[in-house]
Amino acid sequence: MIKVTNLFKSFDGEEVLKDISAVFETGKCNMIIGQSGSGKTVLMKSIIGLHRIDSGRIEYDGRNMPDMRMRDIRLLRREVGMLFQGSALFDSLTVMENVMYPLEMFSSSTKKEMELRAKFCLDRVNLPEHSYHLFPSEISGGMQKRVAIARAISLNPKYLFCDEPNSGLDPKTSIIIDKLIFEITHEFNITTIVNSHDMNSVIEIGENIIFINNGLMAWSGTNKDIYGAKNEDLNDFVFASELYKQVKMINQ
Amino acid sequence: MSIIKDTGQYALLMYRVFAVPDRGRMFWRQFPKELEKLGLASLPIVIIISVFIGAIMTIQTKLNTENPLLPTYSTGLVTRDTLLLEFSSTIMCLILAGKVGSNIASEIGTMRITEQIDAIEIMGVNSANYLILPKITAFVVMMPFLVIFSMAIGLFGGYLVGVFGDIITTADYLLGIQYAFIPYYVFYSVVKSLVFAFLISSVASYYGYYAYGGALNVGKASTNAVVNSSILILFFNLLITNLMLN
Repeated sequence: MIKVTNLFKSFDGEEVLKDISAVFETGKCNMIIGQSGSGKTVLMKSIIGLHRIDSGRIEYDGRNMPDMRMRDIRLLRREVGMLFQGSALFDSLTVMENVMYPLEMFSSSTKKEMELRAKFCLDRVNLPEHSYHLFPSEISGGMQKRVAIARAISLNPKYLFCDEPNSGLDPKTSIIIDKLIFEITHEFNITTIVNSHDMNSVIEIGENIIFINNGLMAWSGTNKDIYGAKNEDLNDFVFASELYKQVKMINQ
Repeated sequence: MSIIKDTGQYALLMYRVFAVPDRGRMFWRQFPKELEKLGLASLPIVIIISVFIGAIMTIQTKLNTENPLLPTYSTGLVTRDTLLLEFSSTIMCLILAGKVGSNIASEIGTMRITEQIDAIEIMGVNSANYLILPKITAFVVMMPFLVIFSMAIGLFGGYLVGVFGDIITTADYLLGIQYAFIPYYVFYSVVKSLVFAFLISSVASYYGYYAYGGALNVGKASTNAVVNSSILILFFNLLITNLMLN
C-alpha cells in the first residue's frame, strides 16, 4: 500500500500539487486521472521520488520516502517497476537484454536462471519468441509496451507505476495493455498506480480512482462510482464525449 | 551565477559518478565497449589528421628555415617538437572534443529525454555511475595511446612529404627527429592528454545528463559540451604548461 498525506509540490514558486492525500491499495489498479497539465504526472513522479516534494508524507507500507537517505531510496526502488509513457527501453540492448537488465543488476541468480526468468516475463506479456533478439526500434509500439511491462515485473516488484500506458497505441492494443496491467496486478498482488486520461482504461480497470484538477484532489472513488459522481469538473472531464454521456445515461 | 551553478552541479555529478559500481560485472561489460567506441573508433581521424599535420609542418618548417646558418636537420627537429609538445596532445584533443564530446553528450542526452535515465534510476541503479564512469575511464585509458600513436604517425607524415616531395633527405630528417630528444616532452604530453581526456568525457557527460526537452536541446547540449570542453582544454593547457615546462 502507498499512502500519500498532505503532499505539496511547487516549481519556481508556483504550486502544482496542493495538499494531496490519497491511499493506493495493494492488489488493485489505482488510477490517477485528470486533464493535461492538472499535475497527475508530477504527482506520480513525486511518489516515485523523481521530484523532491515541498512537504508531506509518501509511505510505502509505512516507510516514508521523503525521510529516507538516497541509499535507502535506491533499495526501495528495487521493489518498484515502472512503465514509462514512451516505454523507455534501452536502444542499445535487445528485447531479451532489456528484460534481463534489472536481473543482471540486482539478482544473484545464474545467467541461465536469469534467462529463464526473462523468458517467463516475456511469455507472460504474450510477446512472440522471434522478437526476443530484436532491438526496440525493430518492434511495434504495442510490443515495446509489452517489453517494458516484462522488464518492470522481472524483479517481482511490490509496486508498479504506469505513466500513460496507452499513449500512442490504437484502441485494440490499448485494451490488451490495460488487461495485461490488470491481470498482472491481481496475479502478483502488486500495488499498481496508473496515470491516464484514457477513459476506456478508467472504466475498464480503475478499481480505485483519484481525480486531480488544478493540483487539487477533486474526487476519489471506483469505476462504478464514477457514473453517479456529482463533481462537475470530473463529469466535464470524464463524460466530455457524446458516447460517454450516453454510456453514463444508460448506467444511471 | 550560471558558472557557479554549473560548476556545483558538475561537482555533484562527478561525486555520483565516482561511486563504487552497483554491479562490477556490468561496469566491466561496458568498459571494453566504450574503449572500442570512444578510443578505437577515433583512430581513423587521428591517423588522417596526424599524417597531414606532420606533412604540412615539415613543408612550413622547411620554408621558414632556409637560412644557410641553420643546420639541415632543423626541419625534422622542429616538426618533432611541435608534434610532441602541442599538436599530438592539445590540438588532437581539441579535435577529439568535437568527435567524442558530441558523441557522449548526444547519446546521454537522448537517453535523458527518452526517459531511459529515469528508467535506470527507478530500478534503484546509480545512473550517473552506470552510464558515465565507463566512458570516462575508457577515454582516459585510451587517450595516451592515441596521443603517442598520433606523434608517430605525424612524424611519418612529415617523413613522407619531406622525402618524396624532395624537401629534405632521409638522413637529415631522421637526424632531426632524433637530435636533442627530450623524453620528458612525451611525458608532459601524456599528462596533458590524460587531463584533457577527463575534461572532454566528463564535461560532455554533464551536458548530456542534464539535457531536457526534445531533440533541439540535445543538439544544444552537444554544442555546449564541445565549446566548453574546448575552452577548458585551452585553459588547462596553459596551466599545465606553466607548471611542467616553465
